[in-house]
Amino acid sequence: MAPIIQYIESYLGSNQTPGGAGNMFWALVYILLVFVGLSVAVIAMNWLERKILAHMQVRLGPMRVGPHGLLQPIADALKLLLKEDIMPAEADAALFWVAPFVVVLAAFTVFVVVPFGPTHAITDMNIGILFMLGVSSLSVLGIVMAGWASNSHYPLIGALRSSAQMVSYEVAMGLAVVSAVLMTSLNPTGTGTLSMIGIVQAQLAQGEWFIFKFFPLGLTAFFIFAVAMVAETNRAPFDLAEAESELTAGFHTEYSGFRWSLFFLAEYSAMIAVSSIAVTLWLGGWLRPFPNLLDGSTWDLVFSLFPGAAFIFLAAMCFFNAARMPKHPFFRIQTIGLAGFGAVLGLIGLVLLIPGVRVRVQDIFWFAAKVAAFMYLYIWYRGTFPRYRFDQLMKMGWKVLLPLGLAVLILTASVALLQEKIWHP
Amino acid sequence: MLLGGVLVITRKNPVHSALALIVTLLAQASIYLMLYAPFVAGVQIILYAGGIMVLFLFVIMLVSIDRSVRERQFNSQWVVGMIAATALGGLLIAVYTKGTSIFPDRALSIVEGDNTQQVATMLYGQYMFAFEIASLLLLVAIIGAVVMAKKRI
Repeated sequence: MAPIIQYIESYLGSNQTPGGAGNMFWALVYILLVFVGLSVAVIAMNWLERKILAHMQVRLGPMRVGPHGLLQPIADALKLLLKEDIMPAEADAALFWVAPFVVVLAAFTVFVVVPFGPTHAITDMNIGILFMLGVSSLSVLGIVMAGWASNSHYPLIGALRSSAQMVSYEVAMGLAVVSAVLMTSLNPTGTGTLSMIGIVQAQLAQGEWFIFKFFPLGLTAFFIFAVAMVAETNRAPFDLAEAESELTAGFHTEYSGFRWSLFFLAEYSAMIAVSSIAVTLWLGGWLRPFPNLLDGSTWDLVFSLFPGAAFIFLAAMCFFNAARMPKHPFFRIQTIGLAGFGAVLGLIGLVLLIPGVRVRVQDIFWFAAKVAAFMYLYIWYRGTFPRYRFDQLMKMGWKVLLPLGLAVLILTASVALLQEKIWHP
Repeated sequence: MLLGGVLVITRKNPVHSALALIVTLLAQASIYLMLYAPFVAGVQIILYAGGIMVLFLFVIMLVSIDRSVRERQFNSQWVVGMIAATALGGLLIAVYTKGTSIFPDRALSIVEGDNTQQVATMLYGQYMFAFEIASLLLLVAIIGAVVMAKKRI
């Protein structure tokens, strides 16, 4: 018993990730935490997407299921679990069964290297960004398998279009990523690195987020990646492959019930994964805003109060809306539910104000806040932009983003070389 | 890896063969990992499994499969096949037993973290000419593909 406890405690003082320290127990704990966090995030995304889209379209969205539709995702999940599991007649059973698993596997394995803090990652590979790009390109295979195994032409065309689009925009993504990685080699000490934690530490050492570096090169690279990542995850305005009015539902037409929910889960996880790549590479990962401009212990204190303040603000909004609920006896349960939810959020906010917790949760909070901003952008794009036609989509990927990415890469390399040799040798 | 390789050549359905090839390539990437070359493993997954095999699958899926699935699989050249396989196996055994000088004595103590830097230094330093020639080759291939696929030049 004692050696087990000692094994568990041996990690607590270290400044490495569990994978780096070789500690299996804590690695498993972190994996479980990431898995749970991701599931909660996907559920929240489902609700947020419907509500925000609705508010953008001047309507209310789901209001009936729980207070303000808060239990709607749970109702959706129950419905999907209880639906009949259909397999088309001539479909290839083995491939039909395997395809959702491959997509979910690829979408979830990516989170092994995502850095929520300087030691808050499951592990820190020294090819971190390469691993993320590679594993997310394996999800294309799952989509192709799904489309083919359904043995029907809408899914097949949808899958081929979807995978052609994903492969094309992977090139532009790769070029943008390379120009960001190039900027990591401009440290005052140390060399460039592909590891995710190393990239954020390079931004800390150089004193600016890479989105502002070599203005406007960092911004253009970020813009290319932001567009390519929306196309990579088949989201609006690049969702021709799965839009209802075009191809009934693309590659997941013939999937129903639990298998469809796996595709849905994988899509949202992939969105969160590429958003975390963008946040790590350009927006400074877990660093709080203005780490060098507004430094000093008072500003540290102010910024460390943000997590608790955010939750308390959400709790206040819940109470405000609970007060605004109609005073009809039918709404009593909903009012109590909303007030209870607000109380829970307020308690979490108060817990996050404790100094001991504050220091540890800060990094995770800033990372999650930035990724949440990207998620809001995704929903905003869906509510705002019309859909690209497929040939326009491919034209943009190859004729606009690829030359732009090449130009940004060449210019970034030249400016970096100038900086190294001439300006600050 | 061996299972994947065997499945590639024995499945009737070409899509199953392509997927078995993907499994084989992923196994190859893990062999690179065991040889302390994480960069090569990562690039193998991105390019081979995630790019080239997707294109393979495109072509296989767009060509009608019904005919090829129903084709009778034959191996009427099994004599020549056995002779060739025995010869190759004999060559491999001979190299393994007699040519011990080309294998390292003990496991190489390569620092795993340096793989990217070392590949980059070699590729852009010592082998720069070969790198440029390879990219020229790829350019020729792309131009050839475009010329063959265009309707009118």
